[in-house]
Amino acid sequence: MRAMVIDDSRAMRLILRRILSQLDFEVTEAGDGAQALESLNGGYVPDIALVDWNMPVMDGLTFITEVRKRPELRGITLMMVTTESEHDQVVRALAAGAHEYLMKPFTPDAIEDKLVLLGLARTGASA
Amino acid sequence: MSLSASDFDFVRQLVYRESAIVLDRSKEYLVEARLAPLVRQAGLAGIGEYVSAAQRGGRPAQMKIVEALTTNETSWYRDSEPFQALTKTVVPLIRAEHPEQRSLRIWSAACSSGQEPYSLAMLLSEEAGLRGWQTEIHATDISEEMLTKSRSGRYTQLEVNRGLPAPMLVRHFTRAGAEWQLSEAVRRLVTFRHLNLATAFPPMPAFDVVFLRNVLIYFDMQTRRDILKRVRGVLKPGGCLFLGSAETTIGVDDGWERLVVGRTSVHRARAVALAGSNGTR
Repeated sequence: MRAMVIDDSRAMRLILRRILSQLDFEVTEAGDGAQALESLNGGYVPDIALVDWNMPVMDGLTFITEVRKRPELRGITLMMVTTESEHDQVVRALAAGAHEYLMKPFTPDAIEDKLVLLGLARTGASA
Repeated sequence: MSLSASDFDFVRQLVYRESAIVLDRSKEYLVEARLAPLVRQAGLAGIGEYVSAAQRGGRPAQMKIVEALTTNETSWYRDSEPFQALTKTVVPLIRAEHPEQRSLRIWSAACSSGQEPYSLAMLLSEEAGLRGWQTEIHATDISEEMLTKSRSGRYTQLEVNRGLPAPMLVRHFTRAGAEWQLSEAVRRLVTFRHLNLATAFPPMPAFDVVFLRNVLIYFDMQTRRDILKRVRGVLKPGGCLFLGSAETTIGVDDGWERLVVGRTSVHRARAVALAGSNGTR
């Protein structure tokens, strides 16, 4: 499985990379939505993108909206991973096309739970 | 915080006496980890001091230790497969075998902080095939503290992050300060009550389905056998039992037929009248 971590915080990208690697994901990173779109345009299509909301250049909500406009990228599962935690924001992300939503801070188990929920990991995969 | 051999023995015997849960030497780390917050809360220097105070303090103080050791972290839709099996296999089975039936009664045993019964309530409230059905979920736990928390239907962000699908979060929860509040409509479907699985069950209605997951592993063989027998007594004939993925009825209690559904198993009670059953039909 391939995962793309899109977050402007290097520390957060590192945390997510570690968790996903332990779950046997091959991980690539992007510092904002525009960089991530560039990778997708270059032909790199991950199984899942973990997308921060607030980023410079292109934010996560715009990125998700852009990906959802393109039928050839329909196979990518999109999960917002963000400090934004209001009910309305979860609604907006889902309406834009996010499949899942995870609020920071989170535990490694929470990432695994979401991946199991999305059919991208099996329970206890990191054990 | 370190634990002396005599303190561990006191805790081990206390927990076994009150809950029949077996703590062998390999669980010393668990006892230390679970008691540490109680020690800090009480403003004491160490576990030894806390255990001595509990010995002097009698049953209320000792039950705090039992609660700390019998409460488990849990997540929403834990392991996911049993929930899929419930809606995709068990409910259709009940409809086929009992075409007139319009009610579904489920027991979520050892429900901890309530995620399992509420997961069931949300799932079944959205199940198109159950429109017009009366759904009842009975949830029990040994810990009064967990039951109080469960009844409130209020969860932290870290808790809602654990396996709750985002579409369900937005449909059934609202923000309440820093926490999330489950809707009254879902909470109404679940009744919580205290129950110690290791002792005789109080009078209970007959259930179509029992969720008893990741609980038996904590008990010795005889207690597992007794619990499974008592569970058969409160299941309708042909009723279904879900156990944890590492648990089985095989070699423990032979009153069950195993039905493999995808990556999980459903255990169906054989239709035999049980002596000493305390279930009411």
